[in-house]
Amino acid sequence: MSGTEQSGLSHVILRTEHLGRVADGVPIVNDVSLEVFRGELLGIVGASGSGKTSLLRLMNRLDEPTNGTVFLNGVDYTTIPPRVLRRRIGMVTQRPFLFPGDVASNLRFGPQQRGETLFQEAIEKLLKEVGMEGFAARDVANLSGGEQQRVSIARALANEPEMLLLDEPTSALDEESKREIEKLIRDLATTTARTFVLVTHDREQARRICDRVGAMDRGRLIHMGKPTEVLRA
Amino acid sequence: MLKSIFHTQITLGLAQAAIASAIALMVVLAARKRNIHLESDTAIALVRGIVQIVIVGSVLVLLLKAPRWSSIFLLAGMLMAAGSISAKRAKNIPEARKVSTLAIAAGAGSVTAIMTWAGVIDTAITSLIPVGSMIIANAMNTNGLALNRFRSEVLAHAGEIETALALGAAPQDTVGRYAESSIHASLIPAIDNLRSLGIVWIPGLMTGMLLSGADPLYAAIYQFVVIAMILASSGLTSLLSTLLIRTHVFSLAEQLVLKEHEA
Repeated sequence: MSGTEQSGLSHVILRTEHLGRVADGVPIVNDVSLEVFRGELLGIVGASGSGKTSLLRLMNRLDEPTNGTVFLNGVDYTTIPPRVLRRRIGMVTQRPFLFPGDVASNLRFGPQQRGETLFQEAIEKLLKEVGMEGFAARDVANLSGGEQQRVSIARALANEPEMLLLDEPTSALDEESKREIEKLIRDLATTTARTFVLVTHDREQARRICDRVGAMDRGRLIHMGKPTEVLRA
Repeated sequence: MLKSIFHTQITLGLAQAAIASAIALMVVLAARKRNIHLESDTAIALVRGIVQIVIVGSVLVLLLKAPRWSSIFLLAGMLMAAGSISAKRAKNIPEARKVSTLAIAAGAGSVTAIMTWAGVIDTAITSLIPVGSMIIANAMNTNGLALNRFRSEVLAHAGEIETALALGAAPQDTVGRYAESSIHASLIPAIDNLRSLGIVWIPGLMTGMLLSGADPLYAAIYQFVVIAMILASSGLTSLLSTLLIRTHVFSLAEQLVLKEHEA
């Protein structure tokens, strides 16, 4: 445990300790130790196959680490029931994978899993946060790519996660939608003080919106710091 | 034509088997021209089929003189084999063999037991073994279809399943709809068999009863009984196997372990 955690003044929300995963005999994440601070927008950049998505999947235990572990607020996440952990660490993927039906039913999905009802007022508030006011009754099949990704973010936020993992959320979008989603993520990080980890192959995107950036190469975290320092090259 | 060349039943049977196999192989060759390769699967299945059925025929000759309770062991052996064969349709799903054997045993076993207890199936070896094996074989086919469909659905919808997991859903709930569609798909042959009974096909059992001099009306009703038993046992097998298998595509930490790159 670090000194700050021992003093009880830690503002580290998530810490990975020698985290690694070997798949089919190949190390895809290798000895990654990093800290994510409460309220920050941390970017993870790297080329395709560098292990950034694999690292993100280890953070909410969608995959099992073969080495090391993750601490959420100082607690080893293997001691937290997986469903509770995933509610606390939300995730948005490259493709939104919205469930068939209307926008409201997608937003209700997470709370429903623990027997809670998301009322209309809360739905409208969430939709307002992601710039989708008035879309609650819309069928998800009739939404654009950018709109679907906004709903996907709102659906993850409906679980009231302590932090949100974003896996290439703009890579399937056109330039205009990409900029809009970027702005939305930055605004959410600034106005709501939520914690975000954004995986992106787009170094310029990381430079534009992230507070700190980690760079990965062949499964290893090779740099971590301010965007201007890490993304100089 | 064959009867004029082959004068004993054994040689005639082998000649008939050779012609049937040759036609099957011609279909395989036709498929090959369209780049669909069924050669090794079909060749192995044909050889296995003839060897196995000849062995069973020989065993039946011995069993005709054995006590009635001995058929239980033969049916149990068939159940084990059926579980093992249909589990291969659930490649890379842990415990598929165990799940298949349990589901077929519960589905085919319970229906056979109830119908034997009710006196619908005679306890004579010559009745219990053929009817029981028909029920087991159909349950095996249904189980294989259900597991194969379930596996394909899970692989095709890994993104949706993991999205639901990431939102805190229980693993078995995330694959519920794929299990349902697997049950529907697996029961299509059994339902169509019942629908087309007497219109498109007259099953072998009824033909055999007619040839052995049974009342045609009773033979027809009994054939319906057998096909209905097959539907019941297949349905129960499919329900159970998809219910049991859904937990095996996830790890203890509720991670989806059946994925395309691992399949």
